[in-house]
Parts: sequence; C-alpha cells; structure tokens
Amino acid sequence: MSESYYDRAPGDASALPDIEQGRTSGVLVYTIGMGLAVGLTALSFWAANTSLLWAGGVSLGLTALAIAQMGVHLVFFLHVTTGPDNTNNVMALAFGMLIVFLVVVGSLLIMADLNDSMMPGPEIMNLHMQR
Amino acid sequence: MSTVTVDDHLYGEAHELAVDEKRVVVGYGFWIFLLSDIVMFSAFFAAYAVLAHATAGGPDGMQLFSQRSVAIETVCLLASSYTCGLMQLAVTSRRYAVTYLMAFMTFVLGACFLTLELREFSSMIALGAGPQRSAFLSSFFTLVGCHGLHVAAGLIWLAVMMAQVLIKGLYDATVERRLLCFSLFWHALDIVWVWLFTVVYLMGVLS
Repeated sequence: MSESYYDRAPGDASALPDIEQGRTSGVLVYTIGMGLAVGLTALSFWAANTSLLWAGGVSLGLTALAIAQMGVHLVFFLHVTTGPDNTNNVMALAFGMLIVFLVVVGSLLIMADLNDSMMPGPEIMNLHMQR
Repeated sequence: MSTVTVDDHLYGEAHELAVDEKRVVVGYGFWIFLLSDIVMFSAFFAAYAVLAHATAGGPDGMQLFSQRSVAIETVCLLASSYTCGLMQLAVTSRRYAVTYLMAFMTFVLGACFLTLELREFSSMIALGAGPQRSAFLSSFFTLVGCHGLHVAAGLIWLAVMMAQVLIKGLYDATVERRLLCFSLFWHALDIVWVWLFTVVYLMGVLS
C-alpha cells in the first residue's frame, strides 16, 4: 500500500472520505461556484439586452459566457479536475464534448451549405415568366 | 478502475476498498450515461439552431419569449443546484436534518422551475403557437420540453431517494451511491439549461 492511486467518482469532492475536514471547504467551493454562475448568468442577460455592445458580436460573446459557465459548473459543482485521480472522467468528458461539437457544428455547416445551394425561388424558376 | 494493491490477509481493508471502488465504478457509469444524454440534447440543439428561423409566417422568438420568466427560471434552477450540492455534503457527513432540508429546498425550487415552464408553454399554446404551428416551434417544444421532462424525472427521483433515506438511512452504501448519481444528474441538467437559455432565449431575442 505504499503507492496507491485512487480513482475518483465524478461528483465526489474527495477520493478519501475525509469528512470532517472537507465539510467547511466543501460549502465554500459550492458557494464560490454559485457566485460565479450567478455573475456569468447576469452578464449574459445584460449582454443580450444592452445597446452598448456591437450587435454582431453579442451572440459570440453569449457563447463564450455559456462555455465559461459550463466550466464553472463542471469544476465547482461536478468536481471535475485535471488531477491524476480524475483522468477517466476527463477523458469521457472530452470525448462527449467532441461528439457534441461534431453534431452541432456539423449540422449547422451542412444545413447552411444546403440552403446556399438550394434551387432559386419560384419567381426565377418559372420559365413561363421569363420569355 | 483502481490500481490499489492490497495484501490478501487484510480482509477488512480490502472489503472497504471494494465498497469504495464500487462507488467509483457506479459514478463513472452514470457519468457515461449523462454524457450520452448530453449528446442526445446536442442533436436537439442542432435541430433547433437549424430551424430557428423557419417560422412559416408564424410568431418568432422575439414575440413569444418573456425574458423575465426565463430569468426567474434560471435563478430557480441555479439555486436548486446549489442546495443539491449542499445536500450532497450533508449526505457525506451523515447529517439527516440538513439532508432533508436541502432536499426539500431542491425539490421546491425544481418544482417552481417546472411550474413556470409549464405556464409559459400553456400561454404559448393559448396564443396559437403550439408545436404544430411551425418547424421553429416544433423544435422549440422538443428541446425545452425534453429538458423539462428530465427535471420532472429528477423531482420524482429525489422524492424516491428521500423515502429511501427515511427507510434505509444514510449509512447504506447503496443509498449513498444513488444520491451521488442524483446530484450528478441535477448538476448536468443545470449545464443543459445554461445552453438552453443562451441559445434559445437570449439569442432568440437578439436578431
């Protein structure tokens, strides 16, 4: 038992059941996460409604804020870290994110391309009118 | 999963490690399920993003969405995620009163969220903007409704878990594992909601 690597279950704050020590810091971790999440959410709602920002960049900014908030949730609520006890969880998460990215971005790209190469509307296609 | 090596004669320790290892394996398995669930949601998100402007002459997001109710729903779900985390801490330190209190708050906040969402749905349907109106609304109801269905399932799960805590207690390893899975589920739903309010509601009122 000299060298032991514990795997950690996702969502576990600590691999070792060190209860009394972990309690107060656990509350602190959730509170920090909650504060960050509320701040990012408020920022998202503000960015969507303000007229101070360049309108074209707002949707990109909202995406960035959502990614940041997802990170906050993963770290502070789901306790996914980059530690050696967490490798399996992170690898599964990375694979899941890859699939999500492929599905969403792939669908959007393919559908935008299809729309572009769609046949023109009926006004142009109507040969009777083009004589 | 774990590379811990234990001498054979240390049976008690080995047994304890087996329990610990099962917790890790169950959590990991549930994590895989959650990721596959999120992949399913990503397909609904892709469908919504593609169809968001296919309103077929019907009402669009800017006319239908109320940002105020979405903000309240978001606060409810975020707060319930927080109380769920505190419940998980109370479970690991075996404090019954805090566990029940936090579970109750989680349940109430989740129920508030669901009530607001159902009210929003029924007012949209009353306006003639039901899922059959346009491709945009079909994908909207599928995506948001699927998340709402998950929240409803989570509420039932939470109620069942509290009954199990009442009967079996917090020292039961099975109950503890199930509560761990529940809190994972609840936090994952919150992540889905973050993308939902960003993509559907906030980006919907932009253009």
